[in-house]
Amino acid sequence: MSPPLLELQDLSVSFRTDGGRVHAVNSVNLHVSSGETLAIVGESGSGKSVTALSILGLLGEAGRIDAGSILFDGENLAQLREAQMRAIRGNRISMIFQEPMTSLNPVIQVGRQVAEPLVLHRGLSWKAALVEAEGLLQQVAIPDSHGRLQEYPHQLSGGMRQRIMIAMALACSPKLIIADEPTTALDVTVQAQILALLKELTRQTGAALILITHDLGVVARYADRVAVMYGGRIMETAPAVQLYGSPRHPYTRGLMNSIPALDGDVTAELPTIDGQPPDLGNPPPGCPFAPRCRHAREACDAQVPQLEWLSEAHARACIGDG
Amino acid sequence: MSWAFFTRMWREKRLGAIGGIIFLLFLLCGIFADLLAPYGMNETNLEVRLQAPSDTYWMGTDHLGRDVLSRVLIGAKLSMIVGFMAAGLATVISILIGVLSGYFGGKVDLLIQRFVDAWMTFPDLLLLIVVISIVGPGMPQIIIVLGCLYGIAGSRIVRGSVVTVRETMYTHAAQSIGATTWRILTRHIIPNVMPVVIVLFTTRVGATILAEAGLSFLGLGVPPPAPTWGSMLSGTGRTYMYLGPWLALAPGLCLTVVVYAINVYGDALRDMLDPRMRGAR
Amino acid sequence: MQAYIARRLLALIPTLFFASLIVFISMRLIPGDVIDLMLAQNDIATSQDRARIEAALGLDQPLLTQYIQWVGGVFQGDLGRSLWQNVPVTEQLAATMPITFELGLLALIIALSVAIPIGIYSAMRQDSAGDYIARSFSLLMLAVPSFWLGTLVMVFPSVWWRWSPPLEYVPFFEDPIANLSHMLVPALLLGLSMSAVTMRMTRTMMLEVLRQDYVRTARAKGLSENLMIFRHALRNGLIPVVTLIGLQAPLLIGGAVILEQIFVVPGMGLLLLEAVFQRDYPVISGIFLLVGVGVLAINLLVDLSYGFLDPKVRHQ
Repeated sequence: MSPPLLELQDLSVSFRTDGGRVHAVNSVNLHVSSGETLAIVGESGSGKSVTALSILGLLGEAGRIDAGSILFDGENLAQLREAQMRAIRGNRISMIFQEPMTSLNPVIQVGRQVAEPLVLHRGLSWKAALVEAEGLLQQVAIPDSHGRLQEYPHQLSGGMRQRIMIAMALACSPKLIIADEPTTALDVTVQAQILALLKELTRQTGAALILITHDLGVVARYADRVAVMYGGRIMETAPAVQLYGSPRHPYTRGLMNSIPALDGDVTAELPTIDGQPPDLGNPPPGCPFAPRCRHAREACDAQVPQLEWLSEAHARACIGDG
Repeated sequence: MSWAFFTRMWREKRLGAIGGIIFLLFLLCGIFADLLAPYGMNETNLEVRLQAPSDTYWMGTDHLGRDVLSRVLIGAKLSMIVGFMAAGLATVISILIGVLSGYFGGKVDLLIQRFVDAWMTFPDLLLLIVVISIVGPGMPQIIIVLGCLYGIAGSRIVRGSVVTVRETMYTHAAQSIGATTWRILTRHIIPNVMPVVIVLFTTRVGATILAEAGLSFLGLGVPPPAPTWGSMLSGTGRTYMYLGPWLALAPGLCLTVVVYAINVYGDALRDMLDPRMRGAR
Repeated sequence: MQAYIARRLLALIPTLFFASLIVFISMRLIPGDVIDLMLAQNDIATSQDRARIEAALGLDQPLLTQYIQWVGGVFQGDLGRSLWQNVPVTEQLAATMPITFELGLLALIIALSVAIPIGIYSAMRQDSAGDYIARSFSLLMLAVPSFWLGTLVMVFPSVWWRWSPPLEYVPFFEDPIANLSHMLVPALLLGLSMSAVTMRMTRTMMLEVLRQDYVRTARAKGLSENLMIFRHALRNGLIPVVTLIGLQAPLLIGGAVILEQIFVVPGMGLLLLEAVFQRDYPVISGIFLLVGVGVLAINLLVDLSYGFLDPKVRHQ
């Protein structure tokens, strides 16, 4: 088996805040190969978006990679200088953000926004880049792509905007696409279209896709493998089918129970996970999920559980019996 | 302002708190000016004309041998009187117009707002110059004119926050249980726009002090021989500044420091009382 | 876009109406004085003379008639004659307005070229020493009265180096260099005091923009910090700053009055002060009207450029 395209090894990220350092990501190990879709699942504050931003080196001034490495195509991104990172961003790795409404620049025509990476990384003239941009809009199934080039974001619907974001991400044929909650801000009917499009396009181009989401339903349909994050740590990772068939971490099971079943009793109250996500500025000494876990024992608070492999592809960070 | 509030400001907005202290010092200087002034403000002594600052005359003397320090202290008193009274009047006018326009809305609001638009088209200083030239210079006139001028301009800000409060749930709730308009205004609207009004008043003190100084500089302010900071920099005194450059320093420096202090204090107040107004002016 | 322009123009009508009322009413409060002044000057004080002058000035008509006549005159470009110089007010305005306009324009150019780069720098290096200095400077400029700065510039170079700023006005087209060297100091002082607010505003707006998602998108595309600022952030950040320029127009004119006085620039400000001391009310009302219309025109221009800069407004 060839080495994975991207591999995070023991990655830890923290942010400087007024209340001290917040450890948003702790010793995370992840990998994704070309053509594969990895889903990172978790609630807000679980560290999934920070993990994605750290891959692109977009943590901002307050953020810092404390430990670990980000191996991409044989290079450690964590050690690259800013100028070298810029040559990778939007070129070999691109990112799609959650809010297509606000992630596009309101005062620039969408054609130019889609064409910009081509000018930047491929050295195309604006004219040539706009011709390619039109092709990209066709690729993401935007009707009347020529006319759309000159429109502004506010003239487009939410779904159209997210297609523009995808076209922008695809512009330089990246090897890795990171989609951070790409459908959360969209109507339910549009969500499926966008995800299907994303999946189809990565299949065509052979790019790897990291899909960040809080929605396990999305994961089931579109991901090959899943990593469940909580409190800045990976709780469980497995191929999507296995995770669904036999979730082994209490947190994963809790998440699954809170999805309404389509054929279930609609009047029944949905089970929820009680309590609040941990305060990462002052994390609990042991398992971050222990305070909310129904199976928690004394030993859970003593030490952070390590990720243990249950089978070749299935691992969990839990000392419980389940 | 309570002590607890001030200590919080000292912790969170050091510069603003220092501004507040400087402002207070000037205010005290103004209040006790007559006691503090070593000489009379118009006490001339031609034997000591145009003396540089020394032990006996801390800020030197002017072309008539008058003590500059004493004149600056009386100037502080005049500035504070004009600043506080005009800003007070402006605030009252702003509240009246702002509440009328913002709470009742409709045609009244539209008419008032178009008038305020037109009013704000004219530069403050131009309006001041013209109105003062009609009513003639003098302390009461200046206070009234400055009060009206800034009152009308400031009504915008009060109106804005009245509109916001008017649309809140508790106002609707009060209306729905049949509270009288007067009660809603005094119990709900006014208390809730108070933070805005306090900040408005503070910054207006600085603005009116500056405006009065500008008018005095042009010879349209408080008439001589009252030594206002603005008039000390203008008129016949100007020609003597080349011989006694210290004459050009003290009044302008006082103006700058006091207005600077009020501005930073006002900014800090705004940030602490009303986070929504942050960055607005 | 056309509908937008039309709407803006329509909205101006009530404002213009109120503005003309303010000018008219405030002017009509003066006349009693002016006739006294004229009579005293000419050593005649009979009631017939008084009535004759009143009639000549149209002051015996009812107020409404006076207003209609005055507005009618304004529309025909007739602002009356100066009571003292006996020349049409429009002529005096035509002579002084360009000078004040030049002063204002120079000040605006100075203000923007100081404020915008520093504001951007301040936002990019938030809380750095540079940002702190820039902010303190801008707060200081808000507090320091321009007439004091003007006084200092006149007094101290003269005391220390026997140099003082030139005070002789030369028309621009006669000798541009002499003209500019005269205008430069007042324009600099006016521009600096205007730059204070603009700098604060630019900083606030840029900070706001730098927090936006599309800035993150631009970074994720691999844009360098500078390219990101110039291509993506600046235009969004400067749209509100343009509005500020409109709001500052009255301030600029007010400041010009004082600085024209100090540096003997024969512009509208100097004309106004002269007219005020002489109660030359047709001149005062003419200046007032011109300033009012000028400020409204600047604001209209600002609104239009807003529509040009912000596609959302354009497509409304």
